[in-house]
Amino acid sequence: MWTWIHKFGSPPHFYRIAALLTPWFGWIAAILIATGLVWGLVFAPADYQQGDGFRILYVHAPSAWMSLFTYVVMALAAGIGLVWRIKVAHAVAASCAPIGVAFTASALVTGAVWGQKMWGTWWEWDPRLTSELILLFLYFGYMALRSAYDDPQRADRASAVLALVGVVNVPIIHYSVVWWNSLHQVASVAKIGRPSIAPEMLVPLILMFFGFNILFGAVLLTRVRGEVLLRERSADWIRALVAKS
Amino acid sequence: MSLRDFLHMGGYAAYVWPSYLFTIAAIGWMVIAARRAHRRALEIARKRVVMEKSPS
Repeated sequence: MWTWIHKFGSPPHFYRIAALLTPWFGWIAAILIATGLVWGLVFAPADYQQGDGFRILYVHAPSAWMSLFTYVVMALAAGIGLVWRIKVAHAVAASCAPIGVAFTASALVTGAVWGQKMWGTWWEWDPRLTSELILLFLYFGYMALRSAYDDPQRADRASAVLALVGVVNVPIIHYSVVWWNSLHQVASVAKIGRPSIAPEMLVPLILMFFGFNILFGAVLLTRVRGEVLLRERSADWIRALVAKS
Repeated sequence: MSLRDFLHMGGYAAYVWPSYLFTIAAIGWMVIAARRAHRRALEIARKRVVMEKSPS
């Protein structure tokens, strides 16, 4: 187990394994998301209160979940990189930020559209909405801080601190609907006990959740491979790789 | 259910379709940008190797 982890942390092994895994992740994610989209749009029954408007859930909830998940992965990787000085860990953290921007933007925009219909407003300075917007700014701030350094190692360390400090926002987003009076409804799926959503509505949502998670894996591996190449200057394995391609 | 009913989304078409489009666009950008970043890194690595071989 430990030798395996050690191998995965070594850039050439990581690069090779990631290259093998990425297409599998990509295709499985594509199949899950395509099935989830069709199921959610066509076969899931309309909601008794929100009619077909509730179908926004299938893109909104997985995006919002992934916006948080990506941040946690980024902060964990940054922390591991800081403590154990593992290059690949820093490469993972750096790769998470643009992915997080895409998921957070998707959660915010689909939420705004949904809010316009159901609450009559695009935006409200509500705890859930505001903390999610702060998450977007954390990702942007992280990327801006990284780009301020020419030396990738200094960029890694400085941005890792920001990522770790920003992690306090994650539980705030998650529990905002419980702690404060929020317009936003409380969780329907990720709660203790049974989810309060009909099974025929739940299945496409689960497909979308898994699809988004696996897609995240594929995109992350692709980005980390690029980051590893940029960090490993003049290594023998890169010379061999470039000669092959 | 006809195609027209489907596109009409029970009157929520103006909300459901833009939401789906935006999410698909965001995910599409995420995939394309990642592939582009990897290709660019490979290109930089290649140039570096060429420069090492023929120091001018």
